[in-house]
Amino acid sequence: MSSPTSPQSRYITCDANEAVASVAFRLNELIAIYPITPSSAMAESCDEWMAQGQKNLWGQVPRVVQLQSEGGVAGAVHGGLLGGALTTTFTASQGLLLMIPNLYKIAGELLPFTCHVSARALAAQGLSIFGDHQDVMACRATGAALLCSNSGQEAHDLALVAHVASYRSRVPFIHFFDGFRTSHEVSKLALLADDDLRAVIDEGDIAAFRARGMTPDRPTLRGTAQNPDVYFQGREAVNPFYTRLPQVVQETMDRFARVTGRVYKLFDYYGHPEADRVLIAMGSSSETIAETVAWANARGEKTGVIAVRLFLPFHLPAFLAALPRTVQSIGVLDRTKEPGSIGEPLYLNVLGALAEGRHALAGSPRVVGGRYGLGSKEFTPGMVRAVFANLAAAAPRNHFTIGITDDVGGTSLPWDLEFDLEAADVRRCVFVGLGADGTVGANKNSIKIIGEQTDNFAQGYFVYDSKKSGSMTTSHLRFGPRPVRAPYLIRHADFVACSQFSFIGRTDVLGFAAPGATVLVNSPYDAATTWSKLPREWQETLIAKKLKLYVIDATQVAQASGMGRRTNTVLQTCFFALSGVLPKDEAINQIKKAIAKTYGRKGEQVVKMNYAAVDAALAALHEVVYPATPAASAVVSVPPSFSHAPEFVQKVTARLLANEGDLMPVSAMPLDGCWPTGTARFEKRNIALEIPVWDASICIQCNKCALVCPHAAIRPKFYAESELAGAPEGFQSTAFRAKEFPNHRYTLQVAPEDCTGCSICVQVCPAKDKSNPRHKAIDMAAQAPLLEKERANWDFFMKLPDPDRARLDASTVKGTQFMTPLIEFSGACAGCGETPYLKLLTQLVGDRLIIANATGCSSIYGGNLPTTPYCSNRDGRGPTWANSLFEDNAEFGYGLHLAAEQRSRTAREILQRMAPELPAALVAGLLAGGKGDEAAVAAQRERVKALKAALAGSKHLDAARLLTLADELVTKSVWIIGGDGWAYDIGFGGLDHVLASGANVKVLVLDTEVYSNTGGQSSKSTPLSAVAKFAAGGKSVAKKDLGLMAMQYGHVYVARIAFGAKDSQTVTALREAEAHDGPALIIAYSHCIAHGFPLHLGLEQQKLAVDSGYWPLFRYDPKLAAAGEVALKLDSAPPKIDLARFTANETRFGILQNVAPVRAAELAGQAQAYVRRHYSLYQQLAAPAAPAPAPASENRSTAPAS
Amino acid sequence: MNLATDYLGLKLRTPFVVGASPFCENTAVARQLQDAGAGALVMRSLFEEQIDAEARALVHHIETPADSHSEASSYFPQFSEYLLSPERYLGQLADLKRELTIPVIASLNGTRPGGWTDYARRFEAAGADAVELNLYQLVTDGAIPADQVEADMVETVRQVVRAVTVPVAVKISPFHTSPAQFVRALETAGAKGVVLFNRFYQPDFNIEELVVSPQLALSDRSELLLRLRWLAIISPQLRGSLAATGGVHTTTDVVKALLAGAHTVQLVSVLLRHGPRFLTTLVNGLQDWLREHEYDSLDQLRGAMSHRRCPDPAAFERANYIRILQTWHV
Repeated sequence: MSSPTSPQSRYITCDANEAVASVAFRLNELIAIYPITPSSAMAESCDEWMAQGQKNLWGQVPRVVQLQSEGGVAGAVHGGLLGGALTTTFTASQGLLLMIPNLYKIAGELLPFTCHVSARALAAQGLSIFGDHQDVMACRATGAALLCSNSGQEAHDLALVAHVASYRSRVPFIHFFDGFRTSHEVSKLALLADDDLRAVIDEGDIAAFRARGMTPDRPTLRGTAQNPDVYFQGREAVNPFYTRLPQVVQETMDRFARVTGRVYKLFDYYGHPEADRVLIAMGSSSETIAETVAWANARGEKTGVIAVRLFLPFHLPAFLAALPRTVQSIGVLDRTKEPGSIGEPLYLNVLGALAEGRHALAGSPRVVGGRYGLGSKEFTPGMVRAVFANLAAAAPRNHFTIGITDDVGGTSLPWDLEFDLEAADVRRCVFVGLGADGTVGANKNSIKIIGEQTDNFAQGYFVYDSKKSGSMTTSHLRFGPRPVRAPYLIRHADFVACSQFSFIGRTDVLGFAAPGATVLVNSPYDAATTWSKLPREWQETLIAKKLKLYVIDATQVAQASGMGRRTNTVLQTCFFALSGVLPKDEAINQIKKAIAKTYGRKGEQVVKMNYAAVDAALAALHEVVYPATPAASAVVSVPPSFSHAPEFVQKVTARLLANEGDLMPVSAMPLDGCWPTGTARFEKRNIALEIPVWDASICIQCNKCALVCPHAAIRPKFYAESELAGAPEGFQSTAFRAKEFPNHRYTLQVAPEDCTGCSICVQVCPAKDKSNPRHKAIDMAAQAPLLEKERANWDFFMKLPDPDRARLDASTVKGTQFMTPLIEFSGACAGCGETPYLKLLTQLVGDRLIIANATGCSSIYGGNLPTTPYCSNRDGRGPTWANSLFEDNAEFGYGLHLAAEQRSRTAREILQRMAPELPAALVAGLLAGGKGDEAAVAAQRERVKALKAALAGSKHLDAARLLTLADELVTKSVWIIGGDGWAYDIGFGGLDHVLASGANVKVLVLDTEVYSNTGGQSSKSTPLSAVAKFAAGGKSVAKKDLGLMAMQYGHVYVARIAFGAKDSQTVTALREAEAHDGPALIIAYSHCIAHGFPLHLGLEQQKLAVDSGYWPLFRYDPKLAAAGEVALKLDSAPPKIDLARFTANETRFGILQNVAPVRAAELAGQAQAYVRRHYSLYQQLAAPAAPAPAPASENRSTAPAS
Repeated sequence: MNLATDYLGLKLRTPFVVGASPFCENTAVARQLQDAGAGALVMRSLFEEQIDAEARALVHHIETPADSHSEASSYFPQFSEYLLSPERYLGQLADLKRELTIPVIASLNGTRPGGWTDYARRFEAAGADAVELNLYQLVTDGAIPADQVEADMVETVRQVVRAVTVPVAVKISPFHTSPAQFVRALETAGAKGVVLFNRFYQPDFNIEELVVSPQLALSDRSELLLRLRWLAIISPQLRGSLAATGGVHTTTDVVKALLAGAHTVQLVSVLLRHGPRFLTTLVNGLQDWLREHEYDSLDQLRGAMSHRRCPDPAAFERANYIRILQTWHV
């Protein structure tokens, strides 16, 4: 949808987020936003439409404003509503929780408003970005009406109903729909035109609302503090509005039905008119149940489902009217969890309704409740069958769960995994692709073509793995003559495509294929060779299922067309040719039309490239005619072995990696959300096409490659020559260049299966072949031929002893890189600009590091299952890591610090009490030691060891306690880590407080200058002139100077660093921050995929950022001020190049020239001026203080007579 | 004195043409140049290769990371309209035409056969008074013969000339074996004039880092000599217009170029160094010189020192080289 409305087209294909936003945008004047998954897209659409000058129903461009948090949004909404502006917002999950205080206010003041929620799980034992109803159910008591939509069409329609009913009733609405399953499902839906909206809305209600707005022309007072005499009565005064509300909603639905023909009820019943078993549910599950009900009833059963639309206020008469009088068993399905309650909210409401309405019922139906679908757990027709079967049982299980195996509480119902009820006339297609190859984009495009150019209805749902580099995508597409009501993944597809040959043997692609299905594979081999390259199980499955196999070297076709590795257009063309969804010629015509539409404004050459890819595709497509039996030579895939891994990895992680997580029973789960670290090393992803290859003869052993590697996949080590015994053939080493380590060898080793192939290590490598400088000490080379050899080398390398940390020079880049990194092989983007800082931090203090991590990219690559990248050293010590929330990270880290301090204080107090029983020198040493450099820490650890030995024989009452606390005598280091969205925006208040507290905590801000994890939304760190989501017209104010704000306290160590520009300063700053006896704030420039340039050039960009003055490097050390010196040291020279040299390389700056050249030039000029002014300010702050002015009297005496 | 000049069939009020440069990107600056006495303006070259690269980069950086992660289906706002270089260029051309009274010449460096003609047509449609083809090709493939390269260039000119009705000038490099013959071939292909010579980024070396670092410095007066030689040699052999570009910094330089046979001089470096108003100084300087030396018109001056008319034509030939060396030996 390029605009919120499109009168030319009755049907459109889009997801529910866009469908809802289109209504909300047109019905409001003020839209307050903040990004949170999975609702962000609604806010993004509105922001883009505002930037385009699209108008609402009253001919105005709505004002879209971003706040610093959802709490801020709620405040702005409240104010906007009291001021009489039609106001809305969008949110989910924790964001909705932050709005709760104001929801009470808004409801209490009878302010009409609709908050659209793509309902999502809440962070409990772990965070989940996926869908369920926990967030909206947490708002039950606020006074907001809860209206639920079950599909994209409904979300579009009921968005209107919610707004209109709210204006009419004066009660605020939460309009919700399932996060991801509905919010992100692309489907064909009937578009509400502006006239439809006008026909449903009542202008009188709007006028009345506006008339109530606060104005000094009609002074009023709200927000009184009420005493016991009146508060209670006041709370009850709103009751009539809630009593009337269900009727208002139904009337609105009825008016809507007259306009559009689509009929909705507060409770919609589908099924047999004389059903004996009825399920009651909300959200997309209602669709699945309704389809299953239809299937069962066609086979003689009497079942039904009530889809609940208006959950609150729960309208008893409407509910009873919807319930067949014949019902004997009722199952209530809640997509939420309320530990300790008698049952979940829908269940309790149904029980209450039946109790209060029993006079209206013929009998007394049995009611059971159950939970399903938490965190987007699949909910399938097989599960619906299981729930109906439970209802039919003599003693149905109550408080059941469906969709998991609960071997702890015994709550779960068994279900038939293979049960499927896909209609015969619905085409089902599954595409397995790589994030970067454009598979998902092409499929969205195909859905648009089919949905908008044919009479077919279409549905698309996309599943991503949790990695940011080399992520696998699975697209599930259905097409059919009727609206598709199947909100669950496809299990039996009649078309399956795989865009990466490397997935074969590693992913069960053919598991999606129904018998007789067509399979399309992007293969680098011709048809005959492809067959011989397929593993035996593939060949067997192809034969057994009688699958038709087609191959195309799409990569070659794409490259020849100038498309690089974007195989999307090629494979899309093949899909249309093979699937027969459209006649071939018409399909190609439509693909080309779509290409022209998508790329026409982005350059003719791009259009031509895509056309060339389409034209070349079919000639390169070949059927593989295969034999009736597998080739004798076919290779049998060997699943990865975890025999050497810890038990947890073998029992849990290995199964998650094998995509068997859905089958894991409850008993396999850690009870309290506490997972082991160090499991990423067992996930061999093999995503690099090329890896660095070391030439020892050129290497100068600077270790810069290791510093910049985002994934700790290239590491140096030095070791005694004797350690080389047993080295694999071809293991490289060279004499170690260090006088203090004679007879030592040096090796630089790549982890071939963990490297992402970003090549940033090659970019930084300064060592060139003097006769052929194109050749460096490390060059990229194809991974496949090197894999076996380098895997053996890596295994041997890892067994080599680690250097003694105490003998390493931690003040140098080279020295730090011999320290073991304790974050490795994360799922961060290839070339990530954040992880090198974290890696360095773990190298410096990892064995005593406590991390509080704000939600965001760093919590996703740092803690997103299935594997964990933080790990331990050989002694078993390493970072201990936790993510609390987004907004509270500084306070959370402060708490961790206080607890660590408390443990340490207790240990010291007990030690002092026990001192008479222990060697005096040991006690004195323990009390004095514990912090300092590596040698001091090592010495303290030795003393702790001695203490433990001494305590082992002690009969002192405190001995056992001190034994458990002895390690606390080694000082722990608490680092509070997060991105700029946290530090500059949502968490700024807490961060400020914690810095002001003087606590000895360290803060590392990984500053990408946007909310990277949610897709590049603007933060207060976003620089002047940059384009970001929520700043589509270019940011018009300068980046907040967080460092300067922290400096003004005087006691906070502050540094601004950029490892790509000056790595030595990065090392120094981190060490000084760690050593500072008080709070420290490090602001680390982090190049990011959201900046829009190839990340292997990230270091070059960092240099340009510093050289242009865009990112001045500095350190502010309070102890210098205490010594009478200037506390601020500028570590970078005055700007020596124009800002444009830096900005010209990044899409975030350059794109504005493509959309608003005049504004781009204006903002670029302002940005350049700001950079100069800003550097000048720093220069003044870093200049030696001028002598204090002489006393005024002296001035007078020396002043010339006037 | 009347400095009116005929260039490419266009009537210019002075022979001072602002060469392809960023000046024209700012309409206000372009107006200053007009006020200072410019006879015409040449817009900076539109590089087809760069246009394609820009479009591909835009699509690549926006699309490649998109649809790869649950939480971020994209990383940039979607825009319904994009103004790529050609649109911006054409928009600026239209603005200049609206604001100025002097001719505006659009400049192009193409890569694909169709690209040259497409863009030339668009320039004409947007109001360009002439098209200057920035015709260079750095051939690094040892298998490609020079005559093939030149034949392709001539063919390009022929196609562009056919595609548009406005006059076409061709800016060439000095690196041709027989520049005079090549220029005549261009004229035969329909070019109305030739601009001598293009200046290029030159690869320099950083000997510490062992990397190549391209450089483009502002021109200096020493570069004029190469132009003077070939203007003098070519001007008698050409019916069309000639422009000197590169190394024209003073009134003396302007006079020399005209004496060698140039119809116009193109100025860039000198204006970047001294600002647009310096153009007035040069205009006044030329008028003063002509007056002082009692020339009645530019035509009287133009080509007086050409190969055909100068007192010592051998000075342009190889003998010159020998004589200089001999002089130094003395």
